[in-house]
Amino acid sequence: MWLLLVLLVTACRTDEMVIPSEYDRLPIGATPGCDPIGMYVLNEGNMGSNKASIDYVDFENGLYARNLYAERNPTVIKELGDVGNDLQIYGSKLYAVLNSSHKVEVMDARTLVRIGQIDIANCRYINFDKGNAYVTSYVGPIAIDPNAQPGAVYRVDTATLAITGKCTVGYQPEELTFIDRHIYIANSGGYRKPNYDNTISVVDMTTMRQVQKIAVAPNLHRIRKDAYGRLWVSSRGDEASIPSRLFVLERKEPTSYEMIVTDTLDIPCSDMFMSGDSLYFYSLAWSDQLERNVIAYGIVDVRTKQLITDSFITDGTETDIEKPYGVAVNPTNGDIYVADGKNYVSSGTVHCYTREGKRKWSMRAGDIPAHMVFLNRDKR
Amino acid sequence: MIDLSKPIFLLIAVCAVSFASFGQTNADIDFDIDSIPIHTLNEVIVTANRFTEVIPSQKLTGKELEGLNSLSVADALRYFSGIQLKDYGGVGGIKTVNIRGMGSEQTGVYYNGIQLGNAQNGQVDLGKFSLENIEEISLYNGQRSDIFQTAREFGSAGSIYLTTRRPRFKEGEKAHLKAGLKVGSFDFLSPSVLCEYKITDDIYATFNAEWISSSGKYEFRYRRVTPSGELAYDTTAIRENGDIDAVRFEGGVQGYMPRGKWKAYMYHYTSERGIPGAIVNNVWHRGERLWDRNSFAQAMFEYDITPRLSTKVNAKYAFDYTHYVNNDDKLIHVDNVYKQREVYASWANKYTILHNWDVSLAYDYQWNQLSEYRDVERHTHWVSLASAYALGDCFKVQASALATIVDEEDRGRDDVPNKFKVTPAVFLSYKPFDQTDLVLRAFYKQSYRMPTFNDLYYTDMGNAYLKPELATQYNMGVVYDLDRNDNLFSFFRIGADVYYNKVQDKIIAYPKGQQFRWTMLNLGKVDIRGIDAHAMAVFRFPYQIELTTKLQYTYQRAIDITKPNDNYDGHQIPYIPWHSGSAVVMLSWREWMLNYSFIYVGERYNQQENIIYNYTQPWYTNDVSLVKIFRLKDVILKATLEVNNLLDQDYDVILNYPMPKRNYRLGVTVEI
Repeated sequence: MWLLLVLLVTACRTDEMVIPSEYDRLPIGATPGCDPIGMYVLNEGNMGSNKASIDYVDFENGLYARNLYAERNPTVIKELGDVGNDLQIYGSKLYAVLNSSHKVEVMDARTLVRIGQIDIANCRYINFDKGNAYVTSYVGPIAIDPNAQPGAVYRVDTATLAITGKCTVGYQPEELTFIDRHIYIANSGGYRKPNYDNTISVVDMTTMRQVQKIAVAPNLHRIRKDAYGRLWVSSRGDEASIPSRLFVLERKEPTSYEMIVTDTLDIPCSDMFMSGDSLYFYSLAWSDQLERNVIAYGIVDVRTKQLITDSFITDGTETDIEKPYGVAVNPTNGDIYVADGKNYVSSGTVHCYTREGKRKWSMRAGDIPAHMVFLNRDKR
Repeated sequence: MIDLSKPIFLLIAVCAVSFASFGQTNADIDFDIDSIPIHTLNEVIVTANRFTEVIPSQKLTGKELEGLNSLSVADALRYFSGIQLKDYGGVGGIKTVNIRGMGSEQTGVYYNGIQLGNAQNGQVDLGKFSLENIEEISLYNGQRSDIFQTAREFGSAGSIYLTTRRPRFKEGEKAHLKAGLKVGSFDFLSPSVLCEYKITDDIYATFNAEWISSSGKYEFRYRRVTPSGELAYDTTAIRENGDIDAVRFEGGVQGYMPRGKWKAYMYHYTSERGIPGAIVNNVWHRGERLWDRNSFAQAMFEYDITPRLSTKVNAKYAFDYTHYVNNDDKLIHVDNVYKQREVYASWANKYTILHNWDVSLAYDYQWNQLSEYRDVERHTHWVSLASAYALGDCFKVQASALATIVDEEDRGRDDVPNKFKVTPAVFLSYKPFDQTDLVLRAFYKQSYRMPTFNDLYYTDMGNAYLKPELATQYNMGVVYDLDRNDNLFSFFRIGADVYYNKVQDKIIAYPKGQQFRWTMLNLGKVDIRGIDAHAMAVFRFPYQIELTTKLQYTYQRAIDITKPNDNYDGHQIPYIPWHSGSAVVMLSWREWMLNYSFIYVGERYNQQENIIYNYTQPWYTNDVSLVKIFRLKDVILKATLEVNNLLDQDYDVILNYPMPKRNYRLGVTVEI
């Protein structure tokens, strides 16, 4: 009988704990006095798993801290949320876009302690300008045709976290950026296959009205601006005959908001990171023939629009990456970070390479690490 | 010597002596209405000789099934060893089973002898099958022992047989009428009616209808504490959009001839339900709705042409309609209709070469069609050859081979490869002592599961070049019965099987490119080792007090061995616990019956990697039911009170799909 008791006691439920954080040492050790002092990593987590999580790479102390949110905010019911889709710092606040939790979580950038949340249905990406946050969302107004629902961009006051404006844009809008008084939003139409959207919406940020739509290519995704007032836009293509591509847009006239495509780079691009005049990118394309993903890691010179290298990882360790899902470059020392999403349903990895492309370290992250943002030293 | 099974056997032995609860659902017999004199014991029917079955099997029948606080077939299957139930919660939540870690698609479910199909996703939602009209549920690891069966029945890695109530008329009876009403928590309401009619002495008709409705609104609770023991959060909410409204009609006619029998059967199920969805941060209700219509008609004819040669013909037509709508205004609107059609025919023959040597030959044909996202068709042919041989009274062997031929047809593309596979199986059983009911058994079986229509063709995700998924099983076991009839210690059974399964070319979803696009690949490899153990004891006390106790235990180590450099290499596969089991105690006194059952599912992981972030706690429920039968002349009135999850445990079977807290059901049936 005691055996049965032993089984029952050892095999019983206990109180469910708050999800604990884990700390690992970076093999490179501490770097006192560095700036940025660290980097946050948003792990997306698979849909329905509620496993979006935030890791912190502490450069200064040489630590990798995994899954910090719940430990810092134990009273938040059901933790950070479902499917992280973007992570940014603006001012002293860290903003995490949680797509399937229909909210933007706002935290103190130093402590990761929750400040509040902004409820935006099906939110995708966030960007900031002049004290406002702008957030794209797949669902705008209720459409007459439920199968043709346009998306929207929301304006949020970063001081009060209140929504102060909204504008209907194209189908399934993704990333956004700003030039002067205008918001440029890449529309994907990803749920409308094969009738993808192919436009950039231009929205006047004072009136919050769409003033123009610029046709580029089917299924747009990333949109970044460079130091020369140009836009760099990537398309996903249709996963069949139209491949993913990278486009450069310039102003039609020096004073107008109207942009036109000036260059189409014959480069598939899944994600990019602008570091000075270098545009780091990777591409990931499924090959039906090979039954595997074909991957490239490259750098484009922003001034000349020429491909400098199609392999910024030079020591052969890129074969350890199963599925690149995010890229970032340290603004100070030029270290390159590549997030590996692996099979989406197990822990990914964050890899760090020197600017020469030699691997420095690799750390286990959460599920689908994808979005990385640097934390600068507090200048106050 | 490290022997895993040791502590388990010891545990069972200890329990047995201490009169604790244990047992196992392992009665066995194919009891046909007109055959086999059976020894009835407290209505838990047990054959005198276990040796009739060559293949490990488990059964739940009659009164036992009624006492087990089960609403659907899925609930009852929790009491079988080697089975893991995936339950998304509530009356309307999807419930599928996984036998011995091999995956739901490797499980065949047979309704009155013919397989229930779902060519679209290969899974059968057992939550849809009410127990109201089910008389017997059996589970076979491998295949049914009888070689006189359809070719398809040789094909599954594990088989579940659902048998509807068979009419039994006493002398002079001509008709039965049974009406029932169940009410319970979550606004559960379910009236049902059953009619049985004796048209002639040899022809019976039955009709059964049931309506199930529930708001599905149940309380659930999430509570977390900090490592220092402080309360972090504690919230109770109501499950939303889990309502169901379902109607089931079924009926048939069956007849008996001196040398054969026949049966025609129809089934229709229609439902509307909400899909409650995962509970995640900031999302407490969702807007997905599902309308289902499942209909089938099937017929069977069996005839002994000569004393040596028997033949059996089966036929079926099935039509399934599914309408899925996502009305959630925060998500992209989806509105899809899927239609599936199936035509099936089988011809099986058995020939007795010698009194101890039988052979069988069967041919089955099936046509499947799916329309909506793609118009696809498939023709499948099965040919089986099987033989059973007995050496004296002590040794039995069965061997079978099944050829499966699949002709794929997809109107969108012409390069979908056809498939051809042959799978063997061998079953042995040995009874070493003449006077002792001790049986040793072993089997080896290979089975293929064909890729489903979703695997092959689903938009963006399907991969037309998939190969079938292969499962190989090895099993060895022993079972011992002690039948002492009217003694106080009246019946005892103990048994165990150890097994080793390998799944190769496992069809898994693999991510491709960006934007969460997936494809299906034959990538997975799983290595499964396990033990199913069970014990049962029946005591007959004075004053008509009877006590039946059952205990079953399963140990499973099912590890992923797909690729050595995966970070989950060698880890237990998701949702398969190492330890699980159940205990049942049934106490009856005259017209009262009190049942207690305990189900335990041990710790497991909800994703491939066995790390703290994927850890899922054990869950266990205590269920109690009380049954009282009143007899008023020819009328039998039965009242049942059930309390489920007596200790009010808050648990998820599937991550983020909370299960109901303590809940109640009251049922009344009147039988004339």
